[in-house]
Amino acid sequence: MHRLCLFLLAALGVVGCQNRIPDDALALQPDTLERRLLESRRFAGGKEIEILSACSGVVQDMGFTIDESATPLGVMVASKNREAGDAGGRVAMALLFGANAANSMDRSQKIRICIVIKPVAGKEGKEWVVRATFQRAVWNSYGQLTRLEGLREPELYQQFFEKLSKSVFLEAQKI
Amino acid sequence: MKLPVCFLALAACLGGCVNNSTSAALDAGENQVQLRQIQSRAFDTTDKAKTLRTVIATLQDLGFVIEKADLELGTVTGTKLDGYALRMSVSVRPRNAKQLLVRANAQYQEQAVTDPSPYQAFFNSLGKGMFLTAQNVD
Repeated sequence: MHRLCLFLLAALGVVGCQNRIPDDALALQPDTLERRLLESRRFAGGKEIEILSACSGVVQDMGFTIDESATPLGVMVASKNREAGDAGGRVAMALLFGANAANSMDRSQKIRICIVIKPVAGKEGKEWVVRATFQRAVWNSYGQLTRLEGLREPELYQQFFEKLSKSVFLEAQKI
Repeated sequence: MKLPVCFLALAACLGGCVNNSTSAALDAGENQVQLRQIQSRAFDTTDKAKTLRTVIATLQDLGFVIEKADLELGTVTGTKLDGYALRMSVSVRPRNAKQLLVRANAQYQEQAVTDPSPYQAFFNSLGKGMFLTAQNVD
């Protein structure tokens, strides 16, 4: 018991109340350009408001609800709450290791998407860059936050922009 | 006898981390003037909309998801989730007839960021996006 106490004290000494921001949290990274390309697509024609409107249609198709929009700045934010992890996996975990183990598995998540439209420099009013960024927070059955992360899967962005391309086309055709 | 002493020491350590007083709502920090200097830069432009769009693009480059943006008020707020939660607000307002003042304030997890270096890194990134030099303000 005495050892445990000393260990806890040592751990607190190391962690303490320090919760310092990582040095590179606000610095550009070597993969910044790569990520920008992954998250962006260029669209020609139409007006900024039309593309933003098409974006709102796509995120609604994907089950997001719009949280915020700032049309003059070409910004729209939407989110959705969904289950994280499958129920079958939780049942198997509960059977194998008990309810506590099952409850510690991821249960719910909040996914947020932000879409920003920006005129292409030198081609203002004609061409636009749409950049989408996803992030999510995940909780387990105890309500504990287990994950905070940006979503980087290329397929996610490819699918989103495929849907958006179709939607922009439909908007342009007024279908 | 050793055990209670040990527990007391542990409790004191834990107690030291607890600071849930409502006074935090009005906490202005230790040196407000110095903090403003750390968090602010002037840019030689008067184009508020373009500056805000560049702030948004820079935040996206840094991995933030924008939460709110208001052109009239000149504010943008975003959150970065990367194993931690970093939230930042950036405001843009006229400083004089030729310059805009950009101020950023960040909170990391549940603490205000008061260290100059993260802000320096942010303004370096923003300056590159604006093709302008971020100037320190007095």
